[in-house]
Amino acid sequence: MGGEIPRPIFYFSKLKSKPLAEYKKPTSEQEYLENFAQKKPLMNPTEAYYESSRCLFCYDAPCMNACPTGIDIPLFIKQINTGNVEGAAKTIFDSNWLGNACGKVCPTGVLCEGACVYNHQDVPPLQIGRLQNFATEEVIRKGSKLYEPGPANGRKVAIIGAGPAGIACACELRIMGYQVDIFEAKEKPSGLTVYGVAPYKITNEEVLDEMEYLQNMMGYDVHYNSPITTKKQLKSLERKYDAIFLGVGLGPTAALSLTGEKKDGVVGAVEFIEELRMEKHKVEVPKNVVVIGGGNTAMDAASESARMGAENVYLCYRRSKEDMGAYGFEYDLAVKSGVKGVFNVQPLAIMSRGKITGVKFIRTESKGGKLHYIEGSEYVIPCDMVIKATGQAKMGPFLSKIDGLELDNKNRIKVNLENYQTTHPQYFAGGDAVNGGAEVVNGAYEGKMAAKGIENWLNNR
Amino acid sequence: MPDLSINFAGIKSPNPFWLASAPPTNSGYQVMKAFDAGWGGAVWKTLGIPVINVSSRYGAINYRDTRIAGFNNIELITDRPLADNLKEIEEVKKYFPDHAVIASLMVETREQWIQIIKDVENAGADGIELNFGCPHGMCERGMGSAVGQEPSVLKTIVEWVMDAANIPVITKLTPNISDITDPGLAAVQGGTDAISLINTIKSIVGIDLDSYAPYPVVDGKGTNGGYCGPAVKPIAMHMLRELAQHQKIKDTPISGIGGIENWRDVVEFILLGASSVQVCTAAMHYGFGIVREMETGLIKFMNDKGYDTIYDFVGKALPNVTEWKHLNLKHKVVAEINADKCIGCQLCYIACDDGAHQAIRITEGTRVPEIIDENCVGCNLCSLVCPVEECITMDKRDDGKQHVTWAERTDAGTIPTTFNDDLAGGKGHFVPSVKDALKHRKS
Repeated sequence: MGGEIPRPIFYFSKLKSKPLAEYKKPTSEQEYLENFAQKKPLMNPTEAYYESSRCLFCYDAPCMNACPTGIDIPLFIKQINTGNVEGAAKTIFDSNWLGNACGKVCPTGVLCEGACVYNHQDVPPLQIGRLQNFATEEVIRKGSKLYEPGPANGRKVAIIGAGPAGIACACELRIMGYQVDIFEAKEKPSGLTVYGVAPYKITNEEVLDEMEYLQNMMGYDVHYNSPITTKKQLKSLERKYDAIFLGVGLGPTAALSLTGEKKDGVVGAVEFIEELRMEKHKVEVPKNVVVIGGGNTAMDAASESARMGAENVYLCYRRSKEDMGAYGFEYDLAVKSGVKGVFNVQPLAIMSRGKITGVKFIRTESKGGKLHYIEGSEYVIPCDMVIKATGQAKMGPFLSKIDGLELDNKNRIKVNLENYQTTHPQYFAGGDAVNGGAEVVNGAYEGKMAAKGIENWLNNR
Repeated sequence: MPDLSINFAGIKSPNPFWLASAPPTNSGYQVMKAFDAGWGGAVWKTLGIPVINVSSRYGAINYRDTRIAGFNNIELITDRPLADNLKEIEEVKKYFPDHAVIASLMVETREQWIQIIKDVENAGADGIELNFGCPHGMCERGMGSAVGQEPSVLKTIVEWVMDAANIPVITKLTPNISDITDPGLAAVQGGTDAISLINTIKSIVGIDLDSYAPYPVVDGKGTNGGYCGPAVKPIAMHMLRELAQHQKIKDTPISGIGGIENWRDVVEFILLGASSVQVCTAAMHYGFGIVREMETGLIKFMNDKGYDTIYDFVGKALPNVTEWKHLNLKHKVVAEINADKCIGCQLCYIACDDGAHQAIRITEGTRVPEIIDENCVGCNLCSLVCPVEECITMDKRDDGKQHVTWAERTDAGTIPTTFNDDLAGGKGHFVPSVKDALKHRKS
């Protein structure tokens, strides 16, 4: 495996803690790529052959049951092992239209690979994600047409948002013969897969190659830079299309309501990562960075800051380390990148003198599950930049423009989990707007299920 | 330290590990390297009238990540000049006087046999092996397995050889025959000093899916080869046992060949009656160095069991290799799953349900399968498919007091001789319903 590039100066066997990586500020795309070396690099055929040989072909395989899209993992691994790589890719795409992206960005350690029975034997689990990419990358690179759109059925569906859910929904609908138009606010497809995932998980090229492959094969239309924002636009879609799929995701980083939050140098994590993914080494990250939050996005933003050459990156979370929403392996990765975790601290204000000088925190403690501030414990962590990774805003204001569309108490779109139909029958929905923010694989699954839901609904209307 | 040396029909060797007649013994260079590495003897690559070999000679079966589980060759006998070989044999004997050099021979006429025997004796060979086994190429010309498959011809040639030879003679047999004791007996009747087996098995190792030709492909065509390597070991051991148990053959020393790669293989062959072993594929795969593992393993086994020489355990398993009709019908074992070791792959469940006797069930909410004792026939399948060492064991359930065999029941007149289902051993065995079979069917 590739991964971080530790500096050799720490190679003392008696060092108690693992050496921390120190990243030099990248000054070229090449250096940027080195700092963001892929966590799951592509396997070569020999490695894929030997790795696939290890699969036990479990009955009722736990890996398959752990996959949100239910990919027949033992089957595709066996297909790789017998040289049927195209068949393996088809097995993957049959269940998951974003098979390549998911192989790279899925938290496989807590999904398929975490469920591999080898874990119970203290034997490393199969590298399922990398095997998956071995198969899907080949068909994407070769442009192998594994599917073709079904004969036109005369029905039209509009999809709002070309994220994982929207793309999966589009592919599935095309198989059934629907005409599909996707309306995307940004200029690239795949949503957060290209704009929001940490760059060491997948490269922009890998994301966009799969998008291009799917679109070429399935023939849906994507209208880029075409945000749907007004009630008038929605009414027009309702008239022109038999059904509408909402794959709108979440909004920008939510405000924290802190003094100084509007200052230059205070950015949202989602916005920071998007800029990083698009501008790469050209993004300026100063020496001292404070990241606020305890979720996976906070871990990504902190790790990325370190890899961009920041000398001091403080990951600040208001509760304890154990309370963080992030996966343990994501926190470990951030720490290995050089990030320092600071726990039980609540931000009070962003300090500035012209420019940002630090964040004022107060220490907290948990009593009976409730968070209390410790009086008189205020202190300042000096920094030049603050990244807020405290969650994205919901799309409530936009969604309220759809008549009869109900949201739950967390502002997520209410759907029937059987068919992903919303409370406005013409609208179906999936992805982050429904699940509140989950993995690419969840969006891919929900989009596919919604397509089937649309078909059933229209057939039985 | 046990004594590994052997005296095999008069051929002395510091240990029972010999290289079989094959590419690893094609030259003095290789044989000397092998002796230096620890091999006790070498059967020289077969000598005869000059041949011409083809390019592309080997093919293999890979099982998943295991390379060369089975090996196949279409190479003929040596294509090097006889004079060179003789000179090299002489040289090897000069450097290694105490090691065994056996010349493998294959010619056609009596005159040729007499001539070549004299040649190798003059070169200093310790023994002769008659190649009556090669199943490709040479057999088309009336030699090799063509001889081994005709016991009367084989006997005649052995007689010619015994008449001419002053050094011990080993007759090497082909397994490409329905009853190995026929050529075995013919060899003994012809007067052979010893027997070696098996030579390779006629085989097609694979088909190239683009050229539609068998491997190894020689300019668009292929031919049957001789199959060897780990995959053939069980066939070799069975034939060895058949000879070693035969009343008229068992006193003739046998050199065991076929898939031997490690000390366990060596011990198993010896326990079935071999008093020397020959190795080819493993040396072709890993080089001569594998003999170190064989030697240390064999010594440890002999120390553990208290054996001083090889001869202390030659054929020791033979009394326990019997006919089916003498097996105890009252013996009963049942599979037991160690839940602490189980990793939940459920291969045992599906193997038993689809491939055996529906004696394992899965209870909702657990990955650890459960044996249904009353259905388990003790077939071992689950324990064989289980990927965890010692997780599924076969537990003895009979009290050891009852002993009835088919032969005894035949003598007592209690075996079924009509279609009387009441006498079926599996009567009352639970088999799930048709509904159960189709419960996963997609509507």
